[in-house]
Amino acid sequence: MKIGTESGLRFIAWQMLTGDRPKYFGLVLAIAFSTFLMSHQMSIFAGLLDRTRSQIRDVQDASVWVMDPKTQYVDEVRALSLQDLYFVRGVEGVQWAVPLLKGVARAKSADGTFRNSILMGVDDASLTGLPRKFLAGGWQALRNPKTVAIDRVGYQYFFGNGPYQTGQELELGPQVVRVGAVVDASPPFVNLPVVYARFSESLDMIGRERRQMSFILAKAQPGVSEQELCRRIEAATGLKALTSQAFGWDTIWYYIKNTGIPINFGITISIALMVGALVSGQTFSLFILENMKYFGALKAIGVTSIRIVGMIVMQALIVLAIGYSIGISLTALFFELTKDNLDLRGFRLLPEIMALAGGLIFVVVLAAAMLSVRRVVVADPAVVFRG
Amino acid sequence: MAEPDPGCAAVICRGVEKAFGTGDVRLQVLRGVDLEARYGELTFLLGPSGSGKTTLLSIIAGLLKHDRGSVTVLGRDLAKLHNGEAALFRLRNIGFVFQQFNLIPALTAAENAAVPLLAAGWKRKEAVAQARALLADLGMAHRADDLPNKLSGGEQQRVAFARALIQSPRLVICDEPTSALDGATGRHVMELLRKVALSPERAVLVVTHDFRILEFADRIAEISDGVIQKVSQGKEAA
Repeated sequence: MKIGTESGLRFIAWQMLTGDRPKYFGLVLAIAFSTFLMSHQMSIFAGLLDRTRSQIRDVQDASVWVMDPKTQYVDEVRALSLQDLYFVRGVEGVQWAVPLLKGVARAKSADGTFRNSILMGVDDASLTGLPRKFLAGGWQALRNPKTVAIDRVGYQYFFGNGPYQTGQELELGPQVVRVGAVVDASPPFVNLPVVYARFSESLDMIGRERRQMSFILAKAQPGVSEQELCRRIEAATGLKALTSQAFGWDTIWYYIKNTGIPINFGITISIALMVGALVSGQTFSLFILENMKYFGALKAIGVTSIRIVGMIVMQALIVLAIGYSIGISLTALFFELTKDNLDLRGFRLLPEIMALAGGLIFVVVLAAAMLSVRRVVVADPAVVFRG
Repeated sequence: MAEPDPGCAAVICRGVEKAFGTGDVRLQVLRGVDLEARYGELTFLLGPSGSGKTTLLSIIAGLLKHDRGSVTVLGRDLAKLHNGEAALFRLRNIGFVFQQFNLIPALTAAENAAVPLLAAGWKRKEAVAQARALLADLGMAHRADDLPNKLSGGEQQRVAFARALIQSPRLVICDEPTSALDGATGRHVMELLRKVALSPERAVLVVTHDFRILEFADRIAEISDGVIQKVSQGKEAA
């Protein structure tokens, strides 16, 4: 006798599982549905939050953002003065510092189509803050007077879906400008067009205020860490200085704390989890209950409880693996099919979400399996003699 | 384990007592049972519902612990075995035939008959081949690949016999083997049981309340209210 060789019991467990087709498919589909709903909603949630820091992420040249001390997130700013810029430039460890304007301007095309647009005024000399990927034209175009770069959403909204071209006219506030480049900017939280202009010109495209510099972008000298530079700037100027990453997270947390997004998505994800747990748990429970007399017979024949637990865990892992694979594949397929849709760009299935959804569904199914296992383990094996 | 002497007792119960519950709801099911099942014999445990048959059967099978008395099965005191040891003991030495057959619906007849071998670690191919040979001896070669739901009650019972006998156990315990069968099939099944299960190295214990099959017994123990009331030779009782 070769006790310990479990292939025979694995075969029996597999046959018991797949032999009951309706329950087998029910279990797999419940897990797949639950996985799909969770991973899909988590991906949309993560994508939405990621969008809130799009403008921060698109600034790749500077690593430190300086702002008014009361600033909470990127979309709500109190303007800085030119003097603030000079102060920052004077802080030890600052390699360079440039202004950045972030505002909203009404854009109107020649045919009268208009829409509020996010206006980014980047440093005239360095163009720091301008996205690096160009779909038409190039950064040199912004050297020309009254010339702007526009993102894909803006281009398609004002000029249609045709191949990207430059040279079109656009009204930005009181100014008439020419589109010199089309850039691939990250999608903003609100899917508005994003227009990039030189800082000096951008001031004329929005309503005049005394101070209009939204942020100061700074770069640390070699040998000075970003955190250290932030600390020095804050100490020297009284302004708030954050690394790009920290400012991005501050913005995300602002949306989490101050909007209904996390609650609504949390509810959806929780419902997905609960539905998945209930359906898969109940189906698995029913499956075990209906097979109780066979497990009882196996116990009577001489299969120990621990080996029966092994059979049930194996059955749970099989439906888990198949259901999860189907569910996560559906989510991946969804984002693959919608990746070119401008309204859905930026939403994608992250490895962290795959792992999280997998972990959650794993816990749910294994918990359901363990509850069922308990029934089998505590079941009196003599039950098989009671008809 | 040494070869048993035919006529020696494979199962010896002495003063076995068993109660369920405590206090006011305490139910004394067995009240000092003395019973023997001998090698080479078909021993019937006969009694009405609620007489304690199933409880005694479960204790003999090592599935239930008794409160008092002693139970020796194939020379082993089952009370001294841990659950794991008892399971291994059953797997190696006891074959079971259940009242409702309890054949796994997703397994073919041959696979069902091979279950004890599979549980014992045999390779599937070898186990199923062994089961096919045994099913052939039971006249079931042509149904070896059928699922249980395609089999008649008598055929299912024969598969259950094959499952009980496939490890050549020294004790076979049958729980109401004919209760789910009509009279003619029940008689045929009992003839088969005598033919294939009974041997000088094996004891067969049958629990039943079916008086139609008493003629197949070598020894009949009648149990009532948790006590063996009478033990008689089979033909004498029939």
